[in-house]
Parts: sequence; structure tokens; C-alpha cells
Amino acid sequence: MALIDMHALWSGKQFDIQSLLTGKRFDLNALLKGSQPKIRGGVHPEPRKEATADRPIDTGFPLPPMLYLALWQHVGKPAEPVVKVGDKVLKGQLLAVSQGAVSAPIHAPTSGTVADIMDFPSAHPSALPTPTLLLEPDGEDRWVSLPEKIDPFSLSPEEISLRVGAAGIVGLGGAAFPSAVKLNLGRRTKIQTLLINGGECEPYLTCDDRLMRERARIIVDGILIMLHGLGAQKAIVGIEDNKLEAYATMRTAADEIGDGKVEIALVPSFYPMGWDKQLIGYLTGKEVPADGRATDVGVLMHNVGTAYAVQQAIRHGKPLISRIVTVSGGAVDFPRNIEAPIGAPLASLLAHCEYRPDDTARYVMGGPMMGDSLPHPNVPLVKGTCGILALTQAEVSATNAKSCIRCSRCVTACPVGLQPLEMVARIRAGQLEQSLKFGLKDCISCGSCSYVCPSEIPLVHYFKYANGELLTRDQANHKAEQTKKLAEEKLARIERQKQEAAAAAALRKAAAKKPKITEQAA
Amino acid sequence: MSKSSMLSAPFTRSELQIQSIMLTVVLALAPGTAWGVFIFGWPALFIFIVTVASAVAFEAGCLLLAGKRVDTTLLDGSALLTGLLIALTLPPWAPWWIGVVGSFIGIVVGKQVFGGLGQNLFNPAMLARVALLVSFPVEMTVWANPTAPFSSSAPGFLDSLGITFGGLNPADGATGATMLGWVKTEFSQGRLLDQSLATGGYGFFKSFLGWTGGSLGETSALFYLVGGVWLLKKQIITWHIPFSMLVTVAVLASVFTLVDGERYPGPLFHLTSGALMLGAFFIATDYVTSPNSPVGQLIFGAGCGLLVYVIRTWGSYPEGVAFAVLLMNSLTPVIDHYVRPRIYGRDRRGRPLELPEGRE
Repeated sequence: MALIDMHALWSGKQFDIQSLLTGKRFDLNALLKGSQPKIRGGVHPEPRKEATADRPIDTGFPLPPMLYLALWQHVGKPAEPVVKVGDKVLKGQLLAVSQGAVSAPIHAPTSGTVADIMDFPSAHPSALPTPTLLLEPDGEDRWVSLPEKIDPFSLSPEEISLRVGAAGIVGLGGAAFPSAVKLNLGRRTKIQTLLINGGECEPYLTCDDRLMRERARIIVDGILIMLHGLGAQKAIVGIEDNKLEAYATMRTAADEIGDGKVEIALVPSFYPMGWDKQLIGYLTGKEVPADGRATDVGVLMHNVGTAYAVQQAIRHGKPLISRIVTVSGGAVDFPRNIEAPIGAPLASLLAHCEYRPDDTARYVMGGPMMGDSLPHPNVPLVKGTCGILALTQAEVSATNAKSCIRCSRCVTACPVGLQPLEMVARIRAGQLEQSLKFGLKDCISCGSCSYVCPSEIPLVHYFKYANGELLTRDQANHKAEQTKKLAEEKLARIERQKQEAAAAAALRKAAAKKPKITEQAA
Repeated sequence: MSKSSMLSAPFTRSELQIQSIMLTVVLALAPGTAWGVFIFGWPALFIFIVTVASAVAFEAGCLLLAGKRVDTTLLDGSALLTGLLIALTLPPWAPWWIGVVGSFIGIVVGKQVFGGLGQNLFNPAMLARVALLVSFPVEMTVWANPTAPFSSSAPGFLDSLGITFGGLNPADGATGATMLGWVKTEFSQGRLLDQSLATGGYGFFKSFLGWTGGSLGETSALFYLVGGVWLLKKQIITWHIPFSMLVTVAVLASVFTLVDGERYPGPLFHLTSGALMLGAFFIATDYVTSPNSPVGQLIFGAGCGLLVYVIRTWGSYPEGVAFAVLLMNSLTPVIDHYVRPRIYGRDRRGRPLELPEGRE
């Protein structure tokens, strides 16, 4: 009895059942279409936060002999220096102004002399040199004259955005997007809810946790100022339920000075809870359309560190010249959070916490899930740096990629709802366009799939490669088209000029010989 | 790929690796396997060893031929698991070459020809079983009756060597039909269900615990249920496929037994007979050959359950797990093509969600 087609069994992979079902799509998913679950995907990496979570923020970091202020440390256009080499500057003085609509200025983290403006290795996986302003501290740490205490609520909302922009504040959660641009967008679109991200779901990192524990009132004040700047009435702070102490302090602060406008909410601890859209979905039940922004569903998200910086800028006129950064990892003997000036070499932060360079297998800027690997720590601290990790070989997992066994753990882990295994299969086969159909562009590079893969396939790496390759191809195509267009135009122009010349010559000839005919023709 | 060449996040990984997954599954199968060897004696142990050893040997041979690294790939444990699953589908007193041919079909034809681990379209163990069943129907349907070990009816060591390696025919009274086969044959001779169950000596607990003839994996529903639940708890498998497969069989059996109780056995009979528990928890859940979205897995499991019931009830084979799984394996690419998770911010067809009213 031939219950199954044995020939098809022997002959191989591709027997085409799909062709049997061509035509009508049977959309079984639609049958099961239900309400969107509040949380999708996610993984539970080892938190490893205990090393730094219970130690107070170290504010005694000594000024390094030189600060390296990258002119391009935010999303948008690089800042343009307004000081010259040799200038004496004071703490908080404007060094470089923002360029264009999306950009941020740079201020002096301390008083001293502008030593040079040159190319210096940047805080980027490549550590390629970028324009950097070198500031040699004079040790006096003298402020520019700060304004008297300001009442933020007497300022107009527009004025708040202006001052936030002038203070050089960018998203301190890591994205480094200029905060004023976001505030303006939120005000224009009349958002209802300001969400404050206190998730901090990346392992090791505790800078937001410590900030909330130690400076909760300032954060809540900053949130109220942002609400005023947005013209919104309600803010929700999402804090993961593994930071109960931070939750308690924030609750107290919100009760005391929050004016009933600031709600503190516990959210489950898992990665990537801090993905803005995950938090938006959990706290408001809303989903941001694929081609839209958070403001399209009436919310705007800022990080707790940003709220702190806004308070400092508006109430005290202090620009963003320092930040709290987690220094941790197995190769660091005294891991802790440091309040450090922007531009301090990461190596000096690590040295302050007594790290062991010989035991360090990998320097990571940010968290281990989404951070960037640095070839060496001699790059400066930038505004978006939440952490610097010196990881030992034992912490850095060996990567020995094996065959995909289609276990679909990556599908379960993906917070976006992608099928990483299918995308990788296509990318490996060189079919990059096919992987687009599986949602390559929707990938947020959170790394959950790579984290769970039992075959240790570097899935996210493939997606980054494919996206980069597609971009390069697009650019090459665009260039080729432009070149072709220019060449064709040139040929046409030459041809036209020839014809015009010929016509003119003929005309002259005719005019010389038979003026009457030309008159008639005219 | 050297360790230092990977410079891309994430820099941390979960501990779970292929090898530990495979070994956990092997461990979950151990109680059922041990029980089978316990009640079927030395020949069962011999065929078990022959099958597993030849599966690993074939895998090693293929890797050598393909020029792949033998040591690391062999250590992932997938060949061991496939060999074990093939052994569980064989009659316990089958001759040695059945095990070797089965392993050859499973490992070489079913897996390595497609490109090795993760590339095969069909479940290798089920492919091996079906190919053997179609090619060697006599050897594949001699079912030993369970005997208490070391009792007088159990074959001795030398007799057992003869059964497995010497072509010795087992004694007449030592073999019989499986319960599913018995019911089917009796029905074809016009006997009613309760009659045939009585003459076949059927008892629910006997069947549930596994004191019954059949392949190693066909005996104890209890042990494989326990092993399967343990796999669920260890998060090696998800509930979707076993749940939908068992529920489908149970619902169909309930409906038909209500319609005609004289003709169709009830759900408990079906759930504890054949290799349904093994199939639902260990075979149909095979990662490589099942769909990768939860909804797809529900469909896949339901399809397996439906086919199992249809083949058992109206097909010419008494047992249908292998055929059902293979047929659904062939549908896996289709299911994966049409059933995908919804992407965040998009509808089911991949179009962006509509912006709320009044927004630009």
C-alpha cells in the first residue's frame, strides 16, 4: 500500500506542496487573531547587577589629565567648535554649538585650557578617529556664572525645550537622541502620557537603579518639568520588579512632590523590557504602527537619567557635562557606578575601579546584550554611555556556531514576532531580499535570539550584516543610476549642442545665400 | 571561527546547548526504554545496542565522507537520539539486521543525504520505521509477549543471542499481536469490540503501565507520559504539539465511540495504545521537522492526531503514528509559510497598522 509517495521521500527536499495550495491563502492566523498579549518574547539573562547595585554612586572620581570631547556623540549632525586652541574655558562653558535641527551642543565638563582640536579614537566598535576637542583641566573646576534659581513653571513650554536643547541633553539611556527634538515633537502632537523608562533590563547595568535610589526627588522634579514642557498631565515611570528599593524611593518621591501627576509602576523583569515599545505596550496597552512613532499613539518616552539632566539644566542652568556610568565586569576588582565627566577616557574609569587588563577578554560599552565591543578602552566617555564592562573569558561566551536545529527558541524569544531562523537561512544563502519578507527591517537588534540559540549561531550579527549589505547595494544602485542619468544627459546635451550648431550654421548659410526664403519661413 | 573574531553583541549566552538538549531527551526516554528491555528480555537489549551503535557509526561515516569534523558533530548527541528512537520503534525480538538497516535509512537516507543535522524534511526515525515496515512486513510485525524477567518463559541469554543474531524463530506462544492489531483483525472477522478486547486480554491499567506486546516504545504509556511531562518542565519542548495531538485523538475517539461503541474503541484505549505517547511527546515534537510558530505547532499536532486516528481506524495498518508524523512533516514547510507570528506594529499580512485618527 502506498500511503506515502516513497519516491518523493528518497528524491529529496523540494517536492512542491505549495503549488497544490496556490491561489487562495488560507489565513489560519486570522481565525486565532485575538488581543495583543501585553508582553511578547524576551529572555532572562543572568542579571549580574549585584556587583554594583548596592554600592552608592562614586562622586569622587579624580579629574583625568585630559578630557576628550567628541564633537559627534549624539544622533544628528556633529557640533561645531566655537573656541580656539589655547582658549581658557570655565566649567559649563559652551565649547561647540549644535548644527541643524537635530544636533546637540557640547560644554566644558571642567575649567581648563583647550589643548587641541584633532582626530581622536571614538567610542565606537571601530575606534576610528573622529573630530575631538581636547580639554586640559586646570584643577580649579571653576563654574561659569550660573543663573539664580529658576522657577521652571514660570517658563513657557517652548522655552523649556529651548533650554533643554541648549544644555546639550540627549537620551541618556543609550540612544543619545537630542531630547529637545523629542520634547518639541511631543508638544506638537499633543501627547497624553509621558513614559519614563526605568527598566534597565540589560545585565550588569545599574546606573539608573542607583540614580533612582539616591536622587529620586530630582528625577520626579525633572519629570514634572518635562510634563510642563510637553503640556501633558500624566507621567508613568516603569521600573522592573527586581529594583524594589528604587521603586520604593521613587514612590515616596512621587507621593511627596509628584502633584498626583507621576505614577510609579512595577513592570516584570526580563530582557528586553526596556525596549520602548515593549514598555509602551505594557504600561498603556498601545501598539506603535510599523511606520509610525510613539507619539502617534499619544505617548513619549524618556529615560530616568534624562529626567535628572533636565532638572539640572532647567532649575540650576547646568548643562549636561557629566553622567553616571556603571563600571563592572569580572575583570574589575571594585565595580561601582561613577559620576564621571563627559570626555574622561574609559580606561581611566576602569583604572579607578582597579580592573585587571590582562584578565579582560572583551571591553564592552553599554550592556552585554546590545552594547558595542571596543578594541581598547582608550576612548572617551560620551553622553550615551551607560556602562563600561571589562569581561573575562569566562563571561564572554565562546562562539562556535553549529547547525540550526530549528528548535524555534529564537521565534519564542523575539519580542518583535520575527522568525530569526528563517531570516538567517535566507541570508546565509545570499537571498537578502527574501529575508526582507520575513521582516528584517523590523529587527531591533536586541540580541534575544542570539542569546537563546543552542547552536550559538550569531543571528543578530547576520541581521546587521544583511541590513548593512542591503544599504550598500541601495547606495551603489543609486550611484549607478545617477551616473547613468548624468552620462545620458551629457550625451543629450552634446547632441543638442551639435544640432544647434548645425542648425545655426545652416541658418547662417541660408541667410547669406537666400534671404528671401528665410523671410518667408519666418 | 576563532573566539576573538566575534565582535558583535550579545556577549552573553544561555547555557543551553544542542548536546544538553539531546541528552535530556535521551534521559527522558530512559525509563520507557528500560521498561521495554525489562519485559522483553535479552533480545530487546541486543537489538537496542545494535541499532544505537550502528546509528552512531553511520553518522560518523557520513561525516567522514562529507569531510566534516567527526568529533564535535558526533558529540552533539543527535545520532544517539535518532538511533534510540529507531530502536524504540522496532519489534523487540527483531533480527539484528533490521536494526542496522533501520539506522542506515534513518541516519544516511533520512538525515545526512539532506545535509545533516537540521536539514532533513522528514523525521529520520519515522522514515526508518515506515521504510522497514513497507520493506520487511513479516519481521516488523512479530511482537513478543511480555514476560517476567528470569522466569521460565523468558528466553535465556544464549537463546536470545540466537533470536537476535542467529535467525532463531521464537517459540510459538511467545509472540502475539499488539492490541491495536488484534482489535483490527478481529473486527475484520466480524467480531464486536468488547468481545475482541476480552479475548485479547485488554485491561486499561495493563495497557497504561505497559504490560503488553509491541515495540519498545509502544508499551508503557505511563513512562513516556512522565518523560514527556519532564521535558515540558525542562522547557525542552513546548506544550503545543503534544497537547493538540492527544486532544485531537481523544476527541475523535470520544465522538466515534459515542456514535458506535460496538465498533470504535474509546479515548482511553487510544491514548494508551500504540506509541501515541511516545509519538506526541518525543516524535512529533522533533524540532527540525515541525513548524516553528506556536500556532503552526497546534495545527501540526492536530493534523498528526487526526491522521493517527484515521489510519488506526480505517487504514490497513493497525498503528498510524509513523505515517501520520511523516505526512505532517511534509506539510511543515507549508504551515511555516502561511502561519507566521504577527510582527510588532504590523497586521498579519505584514502591512503597517493604521495610525490612530487625527494623527499625521
